[in-house]
Amino acid sequence: MSDSYHIVVCAGIVPDPLQTLEPTTGENGPGVKNEMLLPAVLDPWAASAFYEAPNLAAKHAGSRVWLVSLGPKAKLQQLMMTVAQKASFELVPIDGPIGGFTDAHATAAALADAIAVIPELDRSKLLLFGGWESATRGAGVTLQLVGERLGIMDQFQGVDRIDARDDGSFEVLERVEGGKHQISVCAGAPAVLGWATGNLAEPRNNPRVGMANMRTIMPALQKAKSVSLAADGLRYISVSLPSQQRTTRVVKDLTADEIARELVEWIEAE
Amino acid sequence: MSSAEQAVETDRQTMEVDIACVGFGPAMGGFLTTLTQAWSQSPGDPAFESKIAPGMPLQVLCYERADDLAASVSGVVTRAEGIRASFPGLDPNQIPMAADVKQERVFYLLDPIGASRRPLTLRAADFFLRLCGRLLVKDEAFELPWTPEFLHKRGGLVFSIGQFNQWVAAQLMANGLVQIWPSTPVSSPIFAENSDADKRAVVGIRLADQGVDKDGAPADGFMPGMDVRARLTVVGDGSVGAVGKALSHKFKQGEQRDWALGMKMVVELREDSTLEPGTVWHTFGFPEAEIFGFLYVHPDRLVSVGIFVPSWMSDPARTAYRYLQHYIQHPVLWKHLKGGTLHSWGAKSLEESGKRGEPFLAGDGFARIGEGSGSTNMLTGSGVDEAWTTGVQLGEAVLELLRGKRSFTEQNLADTYERRRRASWVERGAREAEHARDGFHTGFVRGMVGMALAGLTHGRLSLKTKIASAPKQIRPFEAQGTADQKLREAAIQKATDEGRPFHDALLTARGWPEISFDGRLLVTQQDALLMGGKVQAMSAFADHVRFLDKDLCRSCREKTCIAMCSGQAITQGADGTPAFEREKCVHCGACLWNCAHAPNGETSNIEFLAGAGGLHSAEN
Repeated sequence: MSDSYHIVVCAGIVPDPLQTLEPTTGENGPGVKNEMLLPAVLDPWAASAFYEAPNLAAKHAGSRVWLVSLGPKAKLQQLMMTVAQKASFELVPIDGPIGGFTDAHATAAALADAIAVIPELDRSKLLLFGGWESATRGAGVTLQLVGERLGIMDQFQGVDRIDARDDGSFEVLERVEGGKHQISVCAGAPAVLGWATGNLAEPRNNPRVGMANMRTIMPALQKAKSVSLAADGLRYISVSLPSQQRTTRVVKDLTADEIARELVEWIEAE
Repeated sequence: MSSAEQAVETDRQTMEVDIACVGFGPAMGGFLTTLTQAWSQSPGDPAFESKIAPGMPLQVLCYERADDLAASVSGVVTRAEGIRASFPGLDPNQIPMAADVKQERVFYLLDPIGASRRPLTLRAADFFLRLCGRLLVKDEAFELPWTPEFLHKRGGLVFSIGQFNQWVAAQLMANGLVQIWPSTPVSSPIFAENSDADKRAVVGIRLADQGVDKDGAPADGFMPGMDVRARLTVVGDGSVGAVGKALSHKFKQGEQRDWALGMKMVVELREDSTLEPGTVWHTFGFPEAEIFGFLYVHPDRLVSVGIFVPSWMSDPARTAYRYLQHYIQHPVLWKHLKGGTLHSWGAKSLEESGKRGEPFLAGDGFARIGEGSGSTNMLTGSGVDEAWTTGVQLGEAVLELLRGKRSFTEQNLADTYERRRRASWVERGAREAEHARDGFHTGFVRGMVGMALAGLTHGRLSLKTKIASAPKQIRPFEAQGTADQKLREAAIQKATDEGRPFHDALLTARGWPEISFDGRLLVTQQDALLMGGKVQAMSAFADHVRFLDKDLCRSCREKTCIAMCSGQAITQGADGTPAFEREKCVHCGACLWNCAHAPNGETSNIEFLAGAGGLHSAEN
């Protein structure tokens, strides 16, 4: 068995969380005010998946990495400026609506359809990566649905690490209830891995990688397929922010005891 | 070279491109737009074939230090002649937050508090105006009956630089000829081996090292900054850019002595606001005589409101944020702003030397455009359109050279780029403005007279004076009178007792009322950092602010770098030296020119290097 992988990363995009974000409800349902104004970045789960994919590919000669992302073409283009220097990949863009309130089934269908027609993709080598809770408002649904549509039965969610073995199988460190981890062994590809935070730091920007990536990314963007996601009766009755209010202070050099005391006080006050 | 340094050089990668660009602002937008528009019209033109990758189009790369192209800081009003020429039929609705200029007004603001350090002449003017009552004064402001022609932005645009940059970049990237890379600071130019002040030659740029500690020493994941070698290096890294500064230093040209810090807020107005998009207000007189202000109205009830704190404001207590809070509460502004919500906030150093600070515009293998090339016109208070136009001029020059199969030598760039610039309205304006503001160095009234003279005579008349270096423009506390000294001592005590910044306490001691925070618009400086977009400091890079001679810092009483720091990233350290926390730095660059005790009396004791991160706010 060849030990190379074909890794497809489903990468959800969100507005840069460092921007001022303001929820709003418009004609098309809930959303973020002026979202088209705001720079787009990978959601944190998808970013973990994106960092893990080239890392795994580098250890297995002949592996390839595709990044599949759905969003307005302009936002995908913007995203590429921030990620394309970090790792080699091929982009599969899907020109679709913005916002995190689209129907997860419709999103999954669009993603699965795009993945199914990637030229040269060998399904027997396919590892479907993505963010654990991407594009589903924390529900953790989309990636599973994509996997099911592609007929992949082995699925892992909340993954923090995988260790490939010589026989093609791999060990998965997966988050489970109660703050614990579960270790599973998967016989091999194809499999779905929904990443939590992983263990890798954000890769350095490598200008040479960026320059090479862009030679294929820009033509791919120009040919991006447009999709309109059917709501299929999905309706939001109400949307609200968590009641918790942010109280931010910038304090340095606090001792561990002081931090612990503050945390206890905060928990007791809740 | 040490063995460690040799190892670094061995690991350093090199890449070749045709054109390497530093900084993505309006000037670079103009340059790249001109290049890509020409390429779109005739992509098969052999002039656009790459020399370093034969058979491919020109390899054009642009590196920007900010984390995102929309992270620039400025709300602007501009005549937009150059911008409109690049985009015939431009509809402002295409650009978020943009509007046609509809109305311009100029206000002289009286001091409703009585705390500003007004010269006697202004106090007399205030007295006279108040005598005339509502006939002349309304809401503690006197509106000039007309807007001087030189200030007019008729036919222009109000917009957000961040949104404008994002809009321009989207079109450039979609075109496919150029690549723009944010979050990639450029640390220095690469000079040709024989390069000196007489033989000016650049062969590319060096990107900042990644995977280093805050002092720049290699750490986990060390990756030496790549050398990007280019046939042409285009430098448009603004007022405090590392590459532009290195060029000026090496070639001993481009002395920058006049500066200002522009600090502004983007505010969402109340729903009953009557301010029309495209409204432009210019103000002067408050909170200090030296501080000019502005209010620009964007669509969707958003306004940019802010102040300029200039280097010629000799007082060391240049607490821009505190002054901004007093400014927005002036009655003529507050009646519109009260009840509004802070959306965004930011600050930026403006290089105000203009023509007088102009460096060599080109040399072998490089050209300079935009603010760092001395294009800002301080008479008209305009820089964006000028910067854009210098980029267009270089773009046209590069096209001429490519089509003529001529290389990017100093002579060829002088014949094409510099010739265009000298013959343009940018140059005419720069000459008219060259001495327009000199008078402010000898007094506010003299400054206003000099500006009016220059404006009304197109620069033929002005009040010229010798401009001191930026450090010498700061008047030491010890040179102030006894009363001021006493106030300073009281402020030191107050700062110590209350654990607050000294300069903030000094303003209170001088009679400025404490700010009554409302949590929406009047918020602490740290809250402004959090509410108005947030600051990010990438861990992989070195600190970009360094204090050279720490003994000098310890002996400094003015601490103007601390007073002027827009994000409170520079604070008083325990040992008397300033402490820098880049997690709060918005990269405004004000520390660079707010150092009262430069080692040689000319340049700063603070080094401002290339660094990633900064404020994330797309509405600036």
